[in-house]
Amino acid sequence: MAAVKLVSRRCMIGSIRKGLANAIQNNTANILHHFEWKNTNAVLTTKSQIYRCLSTISAERPVVRTTIDEEELRKFVLLSQQWWDEQGEFEALHALNRLRIPFVRDGLLNQRGIPPLDITQPLAGFSVLDVGSGGGLLAEPLARLGAHVVGIDAVGENIKIAHIHLQQDTMIAGKVKYIEATAEDMVVTEEEKFDAVVVSEVAEHVTDLSHFIESCCRLVKPGGSIFITTLNKTQAAYFLGVLMAERVLHLVPAGTHDWNKFIPPVDLQYLLDKNGFVTRLVHGMFYNFLGKKWSWIQNTSINYAVHAVKIDSTKSQTSERKFKNDSIST
Amino acid sequence: MAASIVRKCSTCFSIGRQLISLYPMSRRLQTSSSNNEYLADIVISGGGMVGAAMACALGHEELLKHKRVILLEAAPKREFKLPETFSNRTCTLSLATIKLLNSFGAWEEIQKMRCHPVHRMQVWDSCSNSLITFNQEEMTQELAFVAENDVILEGITRRLDAVKDNVEVWYKTKGKQYIIPGGDSSEDNSWITIHLDNGKKIKTKLLIGADGFKSTVRDASKLHFVTWDYKQTAVVATLCVSETENTVAWQRFLPTGPIAMLPLSRSVSNLIWTTTPENAKYLLQVEEERFVDAVNDAFWHDRDMNSVAVNVGNFLTNISNNLMQGDTSTRQLPPTVTGIQAGSRASFPLGLTHSSNYVRSRVALIGDAAHRCHPLAGQGVNLGFGDVTCLRDVLTKAVYDGSDLGSLSYLVDYETQRQRKVLPVIGTIDFLQRLYNTNFTPIVLLRSVGLQATNTLTFLKERIIKEATA
Ligand SMILES: Cc1cc2nc3c(=O)[nH]c(=O)nc-3n(C[C@H](O)[C@H](O)[C@H](O)COP(=O)(O)OP(=O)(O)OC[C@H]3O[C@@H](n4cnc5c(N)ncnc54)[C@H](O)[C@@H]3O)c2cc1C
Repeated sequence: MAAVKLVSRRCMIGSIRKGLANAIQNNTANILHHFEWKNTNAVLTTKSQIYRCLSTISAERPVVRTTIDEEELRKFVLLSQQWWDEQGEFEALHALNRLRIPFVRDGLLNQRGIPPLDITQPLAGFSVLDVGSGGGLLAEPLARLGAHVVGIDAVGENIKIAHIHLQQDTMIAGKVKYIEATAEDMVVTEEEKFDAVVVSEVAEHVTDLSHFIESCCRLVKPGGSIFITTLNKTQAAYFLGVLMAERVLHLVPAGTHDWNKFIPPVDLQYLLDKNGFVTRLVHGMFYNFLGKKWSWIQNTSINYAVHAVKIDSTKSQTSERKFKNDSIST
Repeated sequence: MAASIVRKCSTCFSIGRQLISLYPMSRRLQTSSSNNEYLADIVISGGGMVGAAMACALGHEELLKHKRVILLEAAPKREFKLPETFSNRTCTLSLATIKLLNSFGAWEEIQKMRCHPVHRMQVWDSCSNSLITFNQEEMTQELAFVAENDVILEGITRRLDAVKDNVEVWYKTKGKQYIIPGGDSSEDNSWITIHLDNGKKIKTKLLIGADGFKSTVRDASKLHFVTWDYKQTAVVATLCVSETENTVAWQRFLPTGPIAMLPLSRSVSNLIWTTTPENAKYLLQVEEERFVDAVNDAFWHDRDMNSVAVNVGNFLTNISNNLMQGDTSTRQLPPTVTGIQAGSRASFPLGLTHSSNYVRSRVALIGDAAHRCHPLAGQGVNLGFGDVTCLRDVLTKAVYDGSDLGSLSYLVDYETQRQRKVLPVIGTIDFLQRLYNTNFTPIVLLRSVGLQATNTLTFLKERIIKEATA
């Protein structure tokens, strides 16, 4: 089994980093299941055990509740509060939801071309994979819109943190599933299973981008979509994304980003193209540090978003459909 | 090993799918939860005109139809029957407010009961002849409507019945304690917990404070506010007037405060007289006949006339009449008050309260809880209804973006948009009330020129009308 490829999501907090180190050591064969909280390194062996854990996910009262180590639980509750503090460490990621959720929503709806039956659940019927789901910042809103979301993260602690927060909202608890896994792991069983794969603020952290994108692409159904948001490899991105954000304004912890891993949009499009995708949209995003708000811009030299659609060989005309995205008005 | 777990994932996913069919049931589970604890998406504390309108607006919003809204009102549910006599508590409803009430059908209900149009407003100064009038070109178009508070609330309440599936009104229920995360409390759940006076408990994603100017939601949220007392009292009464049409709203500035008469029907008007606390005390005590005389005197007397200002004012009127032909804003004379509805006198202290912030995470303030102003321009409740329109739109957007209803990111949009509207209005009203609360010549002169100039500058007036009715 390949070693963990997916490295820490941006803005990782100290203790999560430690967890990450562990996760890398243990390698992916030791997939920790988030329901066996007491023993973090537990390996689920019997099938029945696995099934029990999985089936308790949305039961009224999770069986595992009783086996949680109180102190550990408190730690994760605290971490979960940090992740979900809109004005805390992850402020920029929270703010990004104002762009990326409509981007995914409108991208999927336009691609399908049929207006939703129930406006309150526009994404009903869509299955979405959130790669690098962190605290669940993206998974929860998508589930609220009706999608079934699987969030994967290589960091076991993130899975627990996200799960704790998810349980607070009974309306969506049954629609989200968090799994400690990498995109590469998922390919083994979930190839072409998802209507959409969302890779938001993750690609710039992986070591083997080409292999990572290939895995993500393989998970998408023919005719399905991939949504990527990431940082461009330009001087401006270095200046704002690394120097300003990490050293001057301390928006994210120092060392979060490695400029060498930033990705020019053309490179990303080339990779998508190679994996049988047609790019629908590439758009720049700008973060106003003072107003703490993101906005769409034409210029893609710092942050940008890409929507690409997997060519469906059975239906060739999809690639010619005129594309319109409501969420973007510059 | 890893593979086998991941393979199971498609199994759990199908469990997830089955769960959609359980969706309505999970709602019911929330409702009938044990030990007196309830779950809600939105709780509105305070069912006055503004809070009730908020509940109604949210309930009628298509995107929010699956959200559970609870409205808490301390008072019991009233069985309303339209009385023959008019109430002394009324509001001037702007066209923007009517648009909101229309959006959930309450305006139709109000019209079925009673309300009265205003075609023209005349504002003038007792120290000079300066005057300003507002009316749209033909006197047939309404600028606003006057309705009794009871009628407005009843109209809204009737429309609340239409959405009782998702909006529950809990009468005779008071929020006793609000536990708001991020404060001193160490509750690990990031939702808000409300302890009610009947021992029940509600957990909610969003708490809307509509509990009036002494808002306890505002206090519990530790939102900073400024407040001052105008050392003025408003005397209200229901007046009988000799008029044929009675569609003009009258307001005259006296050095002690403005006196206003709002039309309620062809022969009845509502009085709002702002004056000193001593004079108010006197006005409430005197016999009704003497009271009527005092009101007529206040509208007609010219004891405060400042000769300098009168001369300057007349001079300006002449110039502007020569410059601008066809200015039709002629002075009209207010109707004579002939009597007063027995027992309709009452008084209220006046003050200004403004919360520096209208929101924090999971909390929003609307209506008088966020801002209370001087009734001088009759803007109080209209600002509150403006909050309702804005907050409804912001929350609808938040839901369409899949956001948590209590998300600060969206609530801040509400605060920014509203403060941009409310602050200039409150500032102007406060400035006007200070400006007119004097008979010091330079200031009288200044304001006579001000009113006069505003009256002739048609475009400026149109802006004001547009602002008030937008
Ligand atoms: C003399 C006077 C004349 C006015 N004239 C005009 C006018 O002409 N035009 C105009 O637009 N405005 C006017 N106003 C202002 C207008 O009346 C107010 O702006 C408006 O009533 C505010 O409505 P509200 O719903 O925000 O608050 P309120 O009407 O104060 O309602 C608050 C509600 O909350 C309930 N409540 C309080 N605490 C709790 C709790 N803990 N739990 C549950 N429920 C609670 C109360 O029972 C009450 O029903 C006037 C005001 C005065 C004093």
